[in-house]
Amino acid sequence: MEAMLEIRNLDKSYGATEILKDINVSAEPGGFLVLVGPSGCGKSTLLNCIAGLESISGGSIHIGGRDMTHVSPKDRNIAMVFQSYALYPTMSVARNITFGMKVRGVDRATRASKLQDVARQLQIEQLLDRRPSQLSGGQRQRVAMGRALVRDPQLFLFDEPLSNLDAKLRVEMRLEIKKLHHDLGATMVYVTHDQIEAMTLATKIVVLKDGVVQQIGSPAEIYRRPANLFVADFMGSPAMNLIPARTSRESGGTRIEIERTGGAPVVLIDTRNGDLPEEVILGLRPEDIAEAGFRAGEEVQEVKCLIDMVEPAGADTFVVSRLAGRQVTARLHSETTAQPGSTLDLAFDLGKVSYFAQDTGERLN
Amino acid sequence: MAAWLERNVPRILLAPSFLAVLVFVYGFIAWTAWVSMTRSRLLPKYEIEGFIQYERLFAAPRWDTAMNNLFIFGALFIVVSMLLGLLLAILLDQKIRTEGALRTIYLYPMALSMIVTGTAWKWIMNPGLGIEAMVRGWGFDEFAFDWVIDPDMAIYAIVVAAVWQASGFVMALFLAGLRSVDEEIIRAARVDGIPTWSIYSAIIIPSMAPIFLSAFIVLAHLAIKSFDLVIALTGGGPGYATDLPATYMYAMAFSRGDIGQAASSAMVMMTVVFAIVVPYLYSELRAKRG
Repeated sequence: MEAMLEIRNLDKSYGATEILKDINVSAEPGGFLVLVGPSGCGKSTLLNCIAGLESISGGSIHIGGRDMTHVSPKDRNIAMVFQSYALYPTMSVARNITFGMKVRGVDRATRASKLQDVARQLQIEQLLDRRPSQLSGGQRQRVAMGRALVRDPQLFLFDEPLSNLDAKLRVEMRLEIKKLHHDLGATMVYVTHDQIEAMTLATKIVVLKDGVVQQIGSPAEIYRRPANLFVADFMGSPAMNLIPARTSRESGGTRIEIERTGGAPVVLIDTRNGDLPEEVILGLRPEDIAEAGFRAGEEVQEVKCLIDMVEPAGADTFVVSRLAGRQVTARLHSETTAQPGSTLDLAFDLGKVSYFAQDTGERLN
Repeated sequence: MAAWLERNVPRILLAPSFLAVLVFVYGFIAWTAWVSMTRSRLLPKYEIEGFIQYERLFAAPRWDTAMNNLFIFGALFIVVSMLLGLLLAILLDQKIRTEGALRTIYLYPMALSMIVTGTAWKWIMNPGLGIEAMVRGWGFDEFAFDWVIDPDMAIYAIVVAAVWQASGFVMALFLAGLRSVDEEIIRAARVDGIPTWSIYSAIIIPSMAPIFLSAFIVLAHLAIKSFDLVIALTGGGPGYATDLPATYMYAMAFSRGDIGQAASSAMVMMTVVFAIVVPYLYSELRAKRG
């Protein structure tokens, strides 16, 4: 299937400062592409380039199979939702939604019926006569989405649409956007710095840092097999445990040694991954370290660890131990009896382990 | 004693300026109102005679000219300054490189005294010295630009000078207004396919209504109290063709020796100012409370 959005070798610089370097990204029809990264990574600039609000210094952008590199925003067949909602302040909600259609010469009857459809879909029918200043944040967000929906575009662009909402509303709106995507079957590109939003919404995630693509993949791929230390650390909460370790060959597998102060090193045997350099960073998600006896599998190995801290979080309890000078978080069931200062047998699931090179940070296995 | 001081220090500190305002502003307004009801000529008299001075004032052809001039001058000055200021602001808003320098240049006339502006434009528009002499010097012998000495056109010459002085200031006001509109709204409009002139006319300018009101108030009170510009540029002439209420009042009080007329014209001017300012203050204060 031909990609709905295809970005090839895109470069963007302001003078001598390179903002985006050699970006290659595509989105399939009906896909939900999320651009995620810390602030200043260039994700919003990339979205503005897709919208045509910023010119690009090199490369090309195709939307719906057409070269849109030098086409003005209004002719790209896109609609965009902004962080500040960007509603026209002096117009009523109804006019906000229909003004673009009016300017484009859509007749009155069509405008009215589209407005009714969208208002019903977003449950803003009772707000149509209000001004933006009389609406709450969540309502403004709906109006902004309504303005995008009536365009019926090939591509929806979202620029951190939820970051001005409070935590509870953000979760609700996240679900609604997901539902909207499902109902419309439209292609969407979504920018966020929130990795949970990225994980929950995306069919494909692009992780950006300093204008360079770090990894492109499905949420599961990004989560299970991060391409480098940055992605491993950025995606997931609590973050992946990244523990410096030494490896050596041994009959039956690779011997992994993790230093710890005030005790013998932790020794694990990995039977699957050979051929590792001597110094590696071992990455394990908190949920891949469990209390002994609660995790079964060929690759599960138990180690006695000193518990520094216990954080009950309702459904789970997180315990923190120190290995190789790093805090290592394990995700235990909520009924655990672990106490700070005591020791506990923890089960490390090496079937889920990631290895990274200590110098470049790239994934090794 | 200390407690008494603590309670009354604010009052004691404010008392001198309060007294000064009471006497020199409201006291003299009251004095002027009193004198405008008398038969005062060269020296003030204090026997109240009713509205005789106002009857004389409204019968005087020179006052008619002054009020007519005020309407022509005020309307043209406010409308042209606002339009020109808005146009300049929109042009400067196009992210041009020399914006800082241009903004300063446009704003500079406001830093000049009206006397300087008036004198400079008097020379520029003087047929023997300025534009007319220059263009004739190029060989266009029939060229005429003699508004300052033409009784029918002299008031427009004053409008030109006043617009030159004020439009840069209006531009600065409007530019600040244009800039206060959220950048994302403009981006949203561009994605929405709204053409640039529509973005300005339907989205940005309507949200600048309070700034239009402020600009109008500033310009209106400048127009009503205009005095120095006329004195420097035409001296009220030719004849009394460019008299404004303020110059009329000055002429009556200080060269014609007719204090009664001066006082009554001053009261009429004050009424006109109140008619503009009071609704503005009312709407401002009500908006603050709401």
